[in-house]
Amino acid sequence: MNRPFRLRRRNARRRFLAATAAAASALALSGCDNLSRSTWFPRILDAAEPLNKAVAKLIGRRAVAQEFAESDLSPEFRSNGTADPGTAQYNAWVANGFADYRLAVGGLVEAPRALSLAELRALPARTQITRHDCVEGWSAIGKWKGVPFAALMELVRPKMDARYVVLHCADPMASDDTDLYYESIDLDDARHPQTILAYDLNGAPLPVPNGAPIRLRVERQLGYKHAKFVTAIEFVASFAHIAGGRGGYWEDQGYQWWAGI
Amino acid sequence: MTIATAAVAASAPADGYLYDRHTLAVRVMHWINVIAVAVLFASGLQIFNAYPALNFGRSSYTGAPPVLEIGARVAPSGELSGVTRVFGAEFDTTGFLGVTRAADGQWEPSAFPHWMTLPGTRWLSMARSWHFFFAWVFVINGALFVLYSIASRHLARDLAPTRADLRGIGASIRDHLRLRHPRGEAAKRYNVLQKFAYLAIIFIALPLMIVLGFGMSPWLNSVFPGWVDVFGGRQSARSLHFIIAWLLVAFVVIHVFEMIVSGLWNNLRSMLTGRYRVTPGPSDE
Repeated sequence: MNRPFRLRRRNARRRFLAATAAAASALALSGCDNLSRSTWFPRILDAAEPLNKAVAKLIGRRAVAQEFAESDLSPEFRSNGTADPGTAQYNAWVANGFADYRLAVGGLVEAPRALSLAELRALPARTQITRHDCVEGWSAIGKWKGVPFAALMELVRPKMDARYVVLHCADPMASDDTDLYYESIDLDDARHPQTILAYDLNGAPLPVPNGAPIRLRVERQLGYKHAKFVTAIEFVASFAHIAGGRGGYWEDQGYQWWAGI
Repeated sequence: MTIATAAVAASAPADGYLYDRHTLAVRVMHWINVIAVAVLFASGLQIFNAYPALNFGRSSYTGAPPVLEIGARVAPSGELSGVTRVFGAEFDTTGFLGVTRAADGQWEPSAFPHWMTLPGTRWLSMARSWHFFFAWVFVINGALFVLYSIASRHLARDLAPTRADLRGIGASIRDHLRLRHPRGEAAKRYNVLQKFAYLAIIFIALPLMIVLGFGMSPWLNSVFPGWVDVFGGRQSARSLHFIIAWLLVAFVVIHVFEMIVSGLWNNLRSMLTGRYRVTPGPSDE
């Protein structure tokens, strides 16, 4: 009579332990979800971002991203985010092969410019085969040709108080054609030898799904920093006054501004 | 058995005696590690859900299909089904992978179900915030543990296998399979399989997780361009990071199982208060 009782007790204890473990994990996870939705806790979590950035700048400020061989090229370069801005203005550009397109470069610069695609192509060029790392976890390798950002900076001569470069884009993120995509990088990254305004992908003019006519390549950062469909470049002292104030469309949704990891 | 412990054992009552098994430092670092690894795992699964596939090679698009892919399929009737493809073989995993029930009970396309991920809804940016904060907690805590273990001789005294340990591997495997655990004075030492498991986790698996995590960072990749090719490329590093995460889960399952079968409350108390009860075993009689 003793044994079955002990067995029953053991089974009860086992069930109790299993139920406790399940309840504890459910409680812990829902507790974490409450923390995620609070205003104070994500601020603590995001304290890691400046730390990550500081360490990265310390150990690899001038480092260059790995460059690959033609044999490493992805068969097709995946398009993500906006595949076609589809606005009246953009459709008109596509219709005449971007002949009317002008890249406005201004803000805190000595010599603002508006450059046609032909003028951009006449500037010094750099070709690089690099890997594009999306924040989602996938990557693709493509061959990019474009104007080194440093060459553009020589042309417009940023003023002393310029600290960031804001890239304004043609693709609306809201269904009513507002909320245009934008991004920003610091001048360190802008001057980096692999930072280019790309107009060719894999030896052909940049296709619309990949950001025609111009997209940024800022190797060493995640894909969302590589703004597509760039229409204007603005040198600023701060980006706090632009859109959500966090320096980019995805940054305004909570993504890290420094996207090196 | 040393003379000192023999004297203690001889004077101990029949139900044994308590001794200090884990130092305060080890206990604190153990539980910080539990929290950090749990958060890293759950937020890691949420990050994985943003691209629920594993590739090997320098990029995701090399011409070869992913080795693992979790997705959702919509039937003409509108019904969702979870599909998992492993090395080309396809499985219906509705309910577990690909299509799972959300917190509100509705079916939703989601590679891993909400109850495994942090946050419990599709929210990549928040998962990344958790992951990168607790990565620092994990790395700092882990580094302190290694330094402490060397300085306090915890590593040399308790974790390094002795010659006698190595000779006893066969016997230890047999004992583990029969769920027989040392009692008496022998229970005060880690057994040889336990030592190897802990050493492999502390010095191989966890450091590899950190390095493979670095391997996914485009910036850290550039510090020594091409270093990630040691693992077969950036996407291989991501896949290995995922696979080792599950090996760590396997370790935790076995670790908790062994703790339960060798005396749950005694083991748990020793990791909370430090005190472990030694009951007289056959070797002490």
